[in-house]
Amino acid sequence: MPAPDDFRSQLETLRPYLLRYAGLQLRDAAAAEDCVQEALLAALAGQASFAGRSNLRTWLTGILKHKIVDAIRRQAREPALPQEGEDAADEFDALFRRNGHWAERPAGWDDPDGALEQAQFFRALEQCLERLPARTAQAFMMREHLGLETPEICKELGITPTHCWVMLYRARMTLRECLQQTWFGR
Amino acid sequence: MRLLTCKETTRLVSQGLDRELAFGERVALRLHLAICIGCRRAGRQMRYLRQAVRKLAVVDVRSSR
Ligand SMILES: [Zn+2]
Repeated sequence: MPAPDDFRSQLETLRPYLLRYAGLQLRDAAAAEDCVQEALLAALAGQASFAGRSNLRTWLTGILKHKIVDAIRRQAREPALPQEGEDAADEFDALFRRNGHWAERPAGWDDPDGALEQAQFFRALEQCLERLPARTAQAFMMREHLGLETPEICKELGITPTHCWVMLYRARMTLRECLQQTWFGR
Repeated sequence: MRLLTCKETTRLVSQGLDRELAFGERVALRLHLAICIGCRRAGRQMRYLRQAVRKLAVVDVRSSR
């Protein structure tokens, strides 16, 4: 096991990464700071349980995930975040004609696997995520990033399953469009 | 059986990533996807998003910033 000071400085080097990770899901810099701080403290306290594991980042991310879910739970209890109404549906409808068929058929994506090897692609993805409405992004990240099931997301965000599916659908379609514009369609 | 529109199809494809679809839904979906390349692409891209977002945790995107 590394000396405590070593361990502490290793943790510190991961702070920017953790902040970004928490920020993507919480959309609230202060809440993200708090989460990361709590996660780092928990990590320090739990150094012994890290011993023998190979990847500090993965271990730390696991701790952070729990802190993020706690924070989302707290956020959901506060009425601070504005509810995103169905009015966002209008611009979204531009994707389809009135009869429900594509206004413009999606293009195929070239070398999607190759993109997953490029840091630049993930930057583009993060930028697309940042453009989503806050609650939509949160639901999407809980589902796809934290890997929670829909009932859990509904519970934490205080919404119905139907609303949840609509938000996830909207997030996916919007992200698709965004990546098409900023990456695959270049 | 009524045929699905592309809008309904993409919505079902998305829900298929979040819940178990009913038998009727799966049949209707398969029928539409068989004839519509736009929806096939959209579906592939939605599944790809999942893969990409999971990888966000592993890749250090912005170490330079
Ligand atoms: Zn279609």
